[in-house]
Amino acid sequence: MTDAITPFLAATIRTATPLALAALGELLVERTGLINIGLEGAVLAGAFGALAGASLGGVAGGYAGAMVGGLLVAALFALCVLVLRADQIITGMALTLLAVGATGTMYRAVYGTAGAALHAPTSGPWAIPGLASIPVVGEALFDQPIVTYITYLLAPALAWWLARTHGGLALRAIGERPDAAVAAGIAVRKVRALAILAGGLLGGLAGGTLVLAQAGTFVENMSAGRGFIALAIVVLGRWRPLGVALGALLFGAASALQFAFQAMGWAAPYQLFLAAPYLLTLAALAGAMGRARAPAALGRPI
Amino acid sequence: MTLTPPALALEGISKRFGPVAALDAVSLRVEPGQVHALLGENGAGKTTLMHVAFGMVAPDAGTIRVHGNRAHIGAPSDAIAAGVGMVHQHFTLVPAMTVAENLVLGGRGLLHRDAMSARVSNIARATGFALDPNATVETLSVGAQQRVEIAKALAREARILILDEPTAVLAPAEAEDLLQWLRGFARAGNSVVLITHKLNEALAVADTVTVLRQGRVVHSGAAAATTARELAVAMIGEESATLAAQQMDSLPPGGQSHDSGPENAVLAAQRIVVRDLVGRIRVRDASLTVRAGEIVGIAGVEGAGQRELLRALAGRCEIASGSLQRPPHIGFVPEDRHHDAVLLDRSLTDNVALRDAGSRRGRMPWQMFRAHTRALVHDFDVRVPSLGTTMRTLSGGNQQKLVLAREMTEPADARSTDLAHAAAKTLIVENPTRGLDVRASADVHARLRAARDHGAAVVIYSTDLDEVLALATRILVMRDGTLSEVPIDRDAVGRVMLGTV
Amino acid sequence: MPSGASCLARSDVWASTETRARAARAVLFPAGGVAAIVASIALLLMVGGYDVPRALAALWTGSVGSWYALTSATLVRAIPLMLTGCAIAIAFRAGVFNIGAEGQLLAGGAGATAIALTMPGAGTGALILALAAGALAGAGWAAIAAVLREKFGVLEVISTIMLNFIALYAVSFLVRGPLQEPTHAYPQSSTIAEGVRLARIPGAGRLHAGIAIALIVVLVAGWALRHTASGFRMMAVGESPSAAASAGLIDVRRVTTLAFVASGALAGLAGAIEVLGVTYALYEDLSPGYGYTAIAVALLAGLDPWRGVVTASLFAALEAGAGAMQRDAGVPSTLVAVIEALLILAVVAAQAVRVRRAGVSSDSAASAREHAV
Repeated sequence: MTDAITPFLAATIRTATPLALAALGELLVERTGLINIGLEGAVLAGAFGALAGASLGGVAGGYAGAMVGGLLVAALFALCVLVLRADQIITGMALTLLAVGATGTMYRAVYGTAGAALHAPTSGPWAIPGLASIPVVGEALFDQPIVTYITYLLAPALAWWLARTHGGLALRAIGERPDAAVAAGIAVRKVRALAILAGGLLGGLAGGTLVLAQAGTFVENMSAGRGFIALAIVVLGRWRPLGVALGALLFGAASALQFAFQAMGWAAPYQLFLAAPYLLTLAALAGAMGRARAPAALGRPI
Repeated sequence: MTLTPPALALEGISKRFGPVAALDAVSLRVEPGQVHALLGENGAGKTTLMHVAFGMVAPDAGTIRVHGNRAHIGAPSDAIAAGVGMVHQHFTLVPAMTVAENLVLGGRGLLHRDAMSARVSNIARATGFALDPNATVETLSVGAQQRVEIAKALAREARILILDEPTAVLAPAEAEDLLQWLRGFARAGNSVVLITHKLNEALAVADTVTVLRQGRVVHSGAAAATTARELAVAMIGEESATLAAQQMDSLPPGGQSHDSGPENAVLAAQRIVVRDLVGRIRVRDASLTVRAGEIVGIAGVEGAGQRELLRALAGRCEIASGSLQRPPHIGFVPEDRHHDAVLLDRSLTDNVALRDAGSRRGRMPWQMFRAHTRALVHDFDVRVPSLGTTMRTLSGGNQQKLVLAREMTEPADARSTDLAHAAAKTLIVENPTRGLDVRASADVHARLRAARDHGAAVVIYSTDLDEVLALATRILVMRDGTLSEVPIDRDAVGRVMLGTV
Repeated sequence: MPSGASCLARSDVWASTETRARAARAVLFPAGGVAAIVASIALLLMVGGYDVPRALAALWTGSVGSWYALTSATLVRAIPLMLTGCAIAIAFRAGVFNIGAEGQLLAGGAGATAIALTMPGAGTGALILALAAGALAGAGWAAIAAVLREKFGVLEVISTIMLNFIALYAVSFLVRGPLQEPTHAYPQSSTIAEGVRLARIPGAGRLHAGIAIALIVVLVAGWALRHTASGFRMMAVGESPSAAASAGLIDVRRVTTLAFVASGALAGLAGAIEVLGVTYALYEDLSPGYGYTAIAVALLAGLDPWRGVVTASLFAALEAGAGAMQRDAGVPSTLVAVIEALLILAVVAAQAVRVRRAGVSSDSAASAREHAV
């Protein structure tokens, strides 16, 4: 039995990493009272950016390109919502559609409409000496790509920053009562813009992870709704970094579980497994929404 | 004659919002050690002027000097740095955060919990306020929240404190305490600017009084050197001042109100319990009867449960227990007009058609609605550029008049041939003249009295005690979720509001 | 009292004044809009280094350049677009962000297919039943998200998108399983019998009777929104749920649920019509993204079903032409998706700017706030 746990844990972490990155980024945005449905677009733009960047500068270039892709989508969102005061939801939706169309167009234009599978350099796992030798969990948790370790550190770092710094307090205040933040002398618009960009950067990074640390290639629409699932994870995690990380792990575990079931020969139609993450999201949202306390100003027109 | 410069000097401040000139070359000098009252009716520009001083609004022209030095105040952070603090009409506290967190909001670096608590204790000592650093703001009473607001300004070492209508939400005794505290604060060498529309308050506490009217300074001088009448004339003009004085004099004499039994009762509540949106009990055990042809006034500090009571009476929310008899159609004029009463970006006709839209079946009789809207606009003297404009383009006073008109009349339907309004039997109004100027307020009051004279049953709640006293034939005080009847007498009401009976 | 199930409040973007200026704009806009769209396409093509004249020519011939293109490429696509556009218009008007038209369309197609296959010989009666089944299936699919919204406070934007994915996999399962055609060789259902199909219009290529159904439905929907109490309530709820509840004594939950379900029914009907009039069988890729394009259709039409007929035709032409552009000039057809997304952004931004200019802040508190947040 124990030799099934390690691959299960490893698969959990692998699936959870991009979800956690995207969700942590969105968490920052939502704690300022905004909702960026364009997160899916940022993830996809990040994936394509990773492909483009990798062809220019290897894995490092790939991750840089991923972050640029995510930042572009985020910048557009900030422009439309903060400056032009367009509706957040529709803007986010449009940006996702834009990312789908733009990445698809650029992919086909540059790499041909035949859709040949390309190979992007991948960053293999990097075992942490010592930790990776821990029985059962060591190999699963500490023999992962570097980006996963970054994610391990990011969640507690964000939790500390939100709770223990004035910056974190200011950000939280904006999401609760923007007027109070204004009166306290906080530059609300600036903080919101920074949060949006940070969210885009992390979302792009998530997309980059898909390409550079997992698939090794780009496929149209490869984000496959992960950005939306990340939105659900923010709710599930009650808008707290550690909760979000836990939520991402939960989703990762559920995904890994379904592979285990398949391997065990369950006779369910394979579409059920494909649909599982989305069904799970619905269930998670239904269960979580009532009890969670959202930032008071979340989603209000600005 | 002293040569110390004024603590705060605003010179030649002008500001336009679109076509409207909110401020026209206004100058104001606040001396150290003094309380300076800024008087004017609603819309005169008092708040705008202070928003300029606090950096929330950029003036089109004019300069600001703090202690004689030219100051560039482009944002609240600049004002705070210059020693200016502001306590706003609508509190700018984060309800979900603690007192300590609210006090340090806007700082830099790391949060040190112990240092924060110590800071709160220091301020509590210095001001004499009771402040619990770890209390969540939303659990505090209105008066306590206001004290936190003041503490917040002082935490940033404000020497010039601006307060915008601070007594509007306080019971009479609390207001007294606050004003006394402000006097003491000024005597200690600081400065206070008190924005108010209440003459008596200004005369009672201020050293200097400045009156704004339609964006201009019309009077400025020592409080001791002027009279209430002179200030009233400055605020609203000779005629209106006389009219207002007459209305005040026509207050019914104090005495027991008549409770003539349950006949004619239009609205009756027995021991009702009402919960708010979050599930907390807000109305504990309230009973009242409202008869045709009377105005029942409800007084009370904000948060005592009146909000929920009014909505329960108006049928806008459920009661948790008890019994309530009410007629099927009740007019309701809520306090937050923009949020709860109108569709700002729709036409006037759409807004009029909104009434009882929930129970309408079948087709929308637009022709009838258009005619009805025309009639209402005419009969209630609502000033509109055209019938096709949106609600947003109307002034606050006209919006309120239209809402009142809509709620006070049943729309004619196909059966009735009389397009003129059949008076609604029941009307519930909440802070009906908040934000309206004197003329519009007088108009609204006249309409309410006319409704009463036509046999309507009216329930009015207002945080402005004078308004309640002026209109009501009976007064009930709401405190902590319960109602108690009181004689129509300012002191009696005030005492019951605070529970110091 | 409404308990704020969805934490989103729709912004007051859909300003609606009945002034003459707006009427004038309504006429000028399509002409100007089309010109702007063509210009944007040309610009993007230039940036991409494509043969602009050749691509634009392909765009033209593929969409409206011939009678066949007009009827069989453009108008055929306009049918599901005007119905789904109407669906989106109703939902958005009521403040319901139904992004699930795609899934609801698939559900409708599946429902119609199921009924049509079980009663092959029954002719027009079966056809009507199949259409009704499609609408019902779409309504049911939307109802899932509606219940999640009202009972659990789940943001419908997320839930409807999730349901889109789930619908796709469900159809994939159906066409490889219970509904698969008898030889089990292809991922599609059996072909629907001739008697249960929507007849083609003689002399109009692949254009079928569905267009009459779509036009009638859209006509009725537009009328209902303007002239029935139900439609008025939807508008009120979309403008301001709090005012609707307080001033209008409107049951906000019931109205939004009704709008949601009606929206799903229309999208389901679109799916049914696609199956019964175009594909004659259920496929996985029954919809090339109609449910998402519908958002652009509805927004560009100002959430008005009648104007939606025009914008639907416009987008249908774009998508028809895009296929030809890819074939003849090698331009990826996804370019149209880019144009659509940019259009949505342009419309939403323009609306917001216009509302902001109209509602010039008349008091300093609002002004102060506006410049800070």
